[in-house]
Amino acid sequence: MGNAMVERVLEMLRKEFRQLFRDPRMRRVIFVAPMIQLIVFGYAVSTDIRNTPTYVVDHDRSQVSRELVDAFVASGYFQVVDASERPGDLVRALDHGDAIVGLVIPKDFSRDLETGQGASVQILLDGTNSNTALVARGYAERIVASFGARSAERDPASVLALEERAWFNPDLASRNYNVPAVIGVIIMLVALLLTSLAVVREREIGTLEQLRVSPLTPGELIAGKTLPFGIIGLADLTVITVVALLWFGIPLRGSLLLLVLSSVLYLLPALGAGLLISTVSNTQQEAFMASFLVFMPVILLSGFMFPVASMPEPFQWLTLLNPLRHFLEIIRGVFLKGTGIEHLWPQLLWLAAMGPALLWLAARRFRRAD
Amino acid sequence: MTLSPTRFWAIARKEAIQLRRDPRSLALGFLLPVLLVILFGYAITWDVDDIPTAVLDQSRTRASRELIDAFRSSGYFTVVETLERPDAIGPLMERGRILLALVVPPDFAEDMGGESPASLQALVDGSDANTASIVLGYTRAVALSYSTAIAVEGQRVALPLTGESRVWYNEDLSSRNMIVPGLVAVIMMVIAAMLTSLTIAREWERGTMEQLAATPVHRLEVVLGKLAPYLVIGLIDVVVVTLTGVLLFGVPFRGNAVLLMILATAFLIGALGLGMFISAVAKSQVLATQLAMIATFLPAFLLSGFMFAIEVMPAPLQAVTYLVPARYFLVVTRGIFLKGVGVEVLRVQGLLMIVFAVVGLALATRIFRKRIG
Repeated sequence: MGNAMVERVLEMLRKEFRQLFRDPRMRRVIFVAPMIQLIVFGYAVSTDIRNTPTYVVDHDRSQVSRELVDAFVASGYFQVVDASERPGDLVRALDHGDAIVGLVIPKDFSRDLETGQGASVQILLDGTNSNTALVARGYAERIVASFGARSAERDPASVLALEERAWFNPDLASRNYNVPAVIGVIIMLVALLLTSLAVVREREIGTLEQLRVSPLTPGELIAGKTLPFGIIGLADLTVITVVALLWFGIPLRGSLLLLVLSSVLYLLPALGAGLLISTVSNTQQEAFMASFLVFMPVILLSGFMFPVASMPEPFQWLTLLNPLRHFLEIIRGVFLKGTGIEHLWPQLLWLAAMGPALLWLAARRFRRAD
Repeated sequence: MTLSPTRFWAIARKEAIQLRRDPRSLALGFLLPVLLVILFGYAITWDVDDIPTAVLDQSRTRASRELIDAFRSSGYFTVVETLERPDAIGPLMERGRILLALVVPPDFAEDMGGESPASLQALVDGSDANTASIVLGYTRAVALSYSTAIAVEGQRVALPLTGESRVWYNEDLSSRNMIVPGLVAVIMMVIAAMLTSLTIAREWERGTMEQLAATPVHRLEVVLGKLAPYLVIGLIDVVVVTLTGVLLFGVPFRGNAVLLMILATAFLIGALGLGMFISAVAKSQVLATQLAMIATFLPAFLLSGFMFAIEVMPAPLQAVTYLVPARYFLVVTRGIFLKGVGVEVLRVQGLLMIVFAVVGLALATRIFRKRIG
C-alpha cells in the first residue's frame, strides 16, 4: 500500500516536471535566471556612499579653500563634478540631479579661518534620497570640522581618539549583509509563484476534474503539487548559495548543516502559502496578483532593506508571522556571525510551525473544494 | 487596413468585459497599490534614532561620566545596559540587544590631561552596514564635538570652522518623502506588467488566440484595444497612490499634477506594451509570470535608484540601469513631488518616456504580426 502511494506520487511528480519543463525556456528561467539575478542584484544592493557627485562654489579662491576641496575629494566620499562661482549654477545642478552635494565657500573664508574669527562653509544636500543625504552630511561635517581643527592650538585628535571596530563585518560591506538576504528573496519568489499557479492552472484548463477522478488521494495530489517546487526551490537555493560564496566571497562562518536545515524549513511556508493561493484562486491572473499581495509585505516587513527594529511596534509583532524575517535572521547569523542553533532555535521553531500550518490549511481548503 | 475607432472600441470593450468577469483580479489591481503605500508609509523607515547602546566605563571618573553624558544628551543613543566586564558585550551583540558598545578604558582621565590622546572604543554591530555607518557617524560627531570643546577651551572662538548643512527638497530627511514618489514609479511598472503579462498567454492557453487571429482587425487595433482598459486602471492607481501619499503621509507635492499624469500615461503605455510583449513571447501563463517578475519587478525595485543609489553601483551595472525605464520615471516623480521642477528640467526624461511608449507599442504589435495575420 505504502509502495503504491509512493509510486503514485512519483508518477505525479514526473508529470508535473514534464509539464513545467515542456517549454525548454522554462528550464533557463528557473535555473539560470536566479544566478544572474543574484549577481546583478548582489552588486546593486549596496548602501555604501562613495564618489557622491559634488558641486563646488568657491567664492574665496584661495590656497586654503582649495585645500578644503581637496580634503573632500581625498576622503573618497565625494567627487567634484563641476565648479562655478554663480550660486545659480549650483541650484540648477541640484535641480537636474547632476549633483547631490553642494559645497559653498564664502568670500572671506581663508581670512576668517586664519584670524580665528570663526569661518563657516555651507553644505547643501539633495534630500530626495534621504539615506544618501544623511550619510553624506555626516561625512561632510566631519571633514569640515577636522579641517578647521588644523588651526586650533590643540588638535582635537590629540585629545580623544575614537577607536572604531565593526563586529561581524569589519569593513562594513553592505554586500555581505544584503547578498544572503537576496538569496532568501529570490527563493521565496520562485517557490511562491510556481506553487501558486500549480492547482489553478489545472482548474483553468479544466483538467482538475481528471485529476480528481484519478486514483490519487487528495493528500497525494497535494504532495504532487508541492514537492516539485520544493525540489526546484532547494536546487535553486544550492546553486545561488554557491554563487554567493564563490562569486561574492561572502564568508560562511557558521554551520552548513544548519543552513540546509533552515532552508528546508523556510521553503515549507513558501510552498504552503503558494498552495493556499492556488486553491482559493479561480484564474492564474488572480493567483499571480494574490502571490504578489503576499510577497510584497513579506519583503518589506522582513528586515531585508529596512531594519525591523525601526518599525512601529505593531508592525514588529506582525513580522513574527513572516517566514522571510526568521530566515533572514538565521541566514545572516549563520553567514556573518557564525551563530549556532543555541541562539537561532526560536527562529527555526517559528519556521517549523508555520510551514505545516499553512500546508494543512491549504490541504483542508483543497478537500473542501471537492 | 486603416485604423478604425469602432473596431478599437469593440476590442477595448471585450477586454473590459473580460476583466469585469474576474472581479477579484480587478479588485487586486486597486488594492495592491493602496496596500503598498500604506505599508511603506507606516512601517518603513530608515531613520535611525534611539540606538540601543551598552556602556562599559572602566575609568569611573568625572571625565568619563561627562563623556557618556554627552552621548546620552545627544538624543541619538539610549543606554540600555551598563556593563562591568568586557566579555558581556559579545552575547548582547549576538542577540541583537545592542547596536553599539562604548568602552572607556581605565586610564582615560589621565590621558585626557596628558600629551597622548585618551581613547574611547566604539564597537558597533556591523552586520547591517547601512545602520552601522549611520551609528558610527553619530558616534564620531559626538566624540568630535566633545574633544573640540576641550581643545579650544580658553580660545576666542568656540569652533574655528563650522559647516552649516542645509538639506533641500526633503528638509527633515524623512525616508517617507523619498519612498512615496519612488513608489509611484515602481508600482506603475509592476501593476502594468502584472495586468497585461497574462492577457495574451491566456488566449493561447485557452485556444481563443486563433479566433482573435481570424477576426478582421488591424493588429495595432488589437494592441491598443487590449491596452486601453489597463491604462485606465493604471492611471486611477497613480491618482490613488499620489493622494494617499500626500493626504495621509503629508508627502509634499510641489510640481505640476497635469505634467505628472501626461508622463505617467506615456510610461504606462510603455510598461503595458512590454507586458503584452512578454505575454506573447511566453505563450504560457507560468512562464509569463516568471518573465514578468524578472523583466519588470526586480529591476524596477532594485536597479531604478528607488532605494539603492545608482551612483555607487559598479560601472557595468550602472550601464544596465539605463535600460530600466523606471529609472527615468523615478526622476520624474521625485522631481515633480519633491523638487517642484517642470518640463524645463524633465524634458529629457519626458522624451524618454515617449520613446519607451513607442518601443512598448512597437514590440507588442510586432509580435502579433509574427504570430497571426
